[in-house]
Amino acid sequence: MPGLGLSAGITFFMLTLVVALPIGALLWQGAEFGAANIWATINRDRVWAALWLSFRLSFLALPFALPTAVAGIALTALYAPNGVLGSLTNQIGWQIAYTQWGIWLALVFVGLPFVTRTVQPVIEEIETEVEEASATLGASRWHTLRHVIAPMLMPAALTGFALSLARAVGEYGSVIFIAGNIPLRTEIAPLLIVIQLEEYNYGAAGAIGLAMLAISFSMLLLINLIQIWSRRRIGHV
Amino acid sequence: MSDATLHKPATPARFRSATQESPAARWTLIAIAVGGLALLVGAPLVIVFVEALSRGWAAAVAGLASRDAQAAIRLTLLITAIAVPLNAVVGIAAAWFITKFDFRGKAFLITLIDLPFSISPVVAGLCIVLLFGANSALGGWLVASGYPIVFAVPGIVLATVFVTFPFVARELIPVMIEQGRTEEEAALTLGATGWRVFRTVTLPNIRWALLYGTLLCTARAMGEFGAVAVVSGKIRGQTATMPITIEMFYNEYLSVAAFSMAALLTGFALLTLLLKTALELRHADALSATRRH
Repeated sequence: MPGLGLSAGITFFMLTLVVALPIGALLWQGAEFGAANIWATINRDRVWAALWLSFRLSFLALPFALPTAVAGIALTALYAPNGVLGSLTNQIGWQIAYTQWGIWLALVFVGLPFVTRTVQPVIEEIETEVEEASATLGASRWHTLRHVIAPMLMPAALTGFALSLARAVGEYGSVIFIAGNIPLRTEIAPLLIVIQLEEYNYGAAGAIGLAMLAISFSMLLLINLIQIWSRRRIGHV
Repeated sequence: MSDATLHKPATPARFRSATQESPAARWTLIAIAVGGLALLVGAPLVIVFVEALSRGWAAAVAGLASRDAQAAIRLTLLITAIAVPLNAVVGIAAAWFITKFDFRGKAFLITLIDLPFSISPVVAGLCIVLLFGANSALGGWLVASGYPIVFAVPGIVLATVFVTFPFVARELIPVMIEQGRTEEEAALTLGATGWRVFRTVTLPNIRWALLYGTLLCTARAMGEFGAVAVVSGKIRGQTATMPITIEMFYNEYLSVAAFSMAALLTGFALLTLLLKTALELRHADALSATRRH
């Protein structure tokens, strides 16, 4: 087959220029900054609070096409204390925008398509016969759902979950508008990187970036493990 | 579900097929899904246009007519026009390399290509700043020789290419694996050159998947915020893209201008979504492999 040199050349050149070199620069920066310094940067209440917030809320958590900045200002306009929905929830004493609820809402918005898009094709492939067989054996609908459908959906759901988790941990655009960005309370990890960069504090920004990169890599590993596991179980993802 | 209704025998209304929920359960679940979507997706979509038009058409148009807004729109279109074709070419090359040849470390290469999906855009921007920023060796030299990358258009292009890197390759690889290599091999034995094989055999097979990947890539490229926010420096009229300008207007309490810019960007997004849906409906078979990832 022709085109080996050309296609491999383009792929490796762009991969190196766009992906590998920049990430290498981050790792290099980390190495230069030193493990002790990295730890000192990360091991501050404000950084831990931000990392933990980014991670914890992601766990709970059209959006594919809608730009995140648009989603951010739209959600804020809706759920702010003087917004259409925010004024309603405020009457029962539940403030959404500028609290962790708001961040959670934005992350749910961002993560929504990942789970739907991975689970939907699998549901479409499940034959009605399987459910009928289960019913003829005397299973209730709930029983069928739990013991027949759920196990089939599990790998796809987990993949979608891990994908949306990876996306939500790193989400910036939609969150900063609705978060209010109060240190220790509603300040997410990516924002902390931006703040350090604006102060030209490249070492600290790199350290937090490395911590986030480590989280991303573990997510990626998790996704791959799930896919290998499910391929072994049912033969496709 | 449609299968179940087709096979449903003519029975009294009380009778319920064994694979159907009770009406109460069904309607509760549908209500939860529709209600959730309405609050989370529908309402924000509507509010963008409502806020943009809150002072009437004239104000909304005026918000888009300022010099900063015009510059932002041009910049976003320019970035998209550079990043998307670039990624399409790279995506085709990567998919060709991965599906037409056998080599060790293929899984690793695919993981590398997918990497930008699981990296925070802000971290991506940070990586580019660290590599090309004025205080790195490479960046210092580039700035000194008059080609700054960070806080300039090339940096924004790099950041956009980074976050949209996997889209085209990811759509093409499953389709090209499914199609195999036999057609290309046949063309080669008939004496076609490599370029001709690609143009007349491969391209017609992958065109819809290519278009699909390109559309996803476009939607993301226009709306990218985190990575661009870090590398652009947010220089008004020069390196502020549409999403960045939305943030600027919003923080300056120029609500109508922010929301009319957001409405325009949403319009672009809805347009790509529309094209994408049309593709899914018309060419589902050519895209079938892509729906499984």
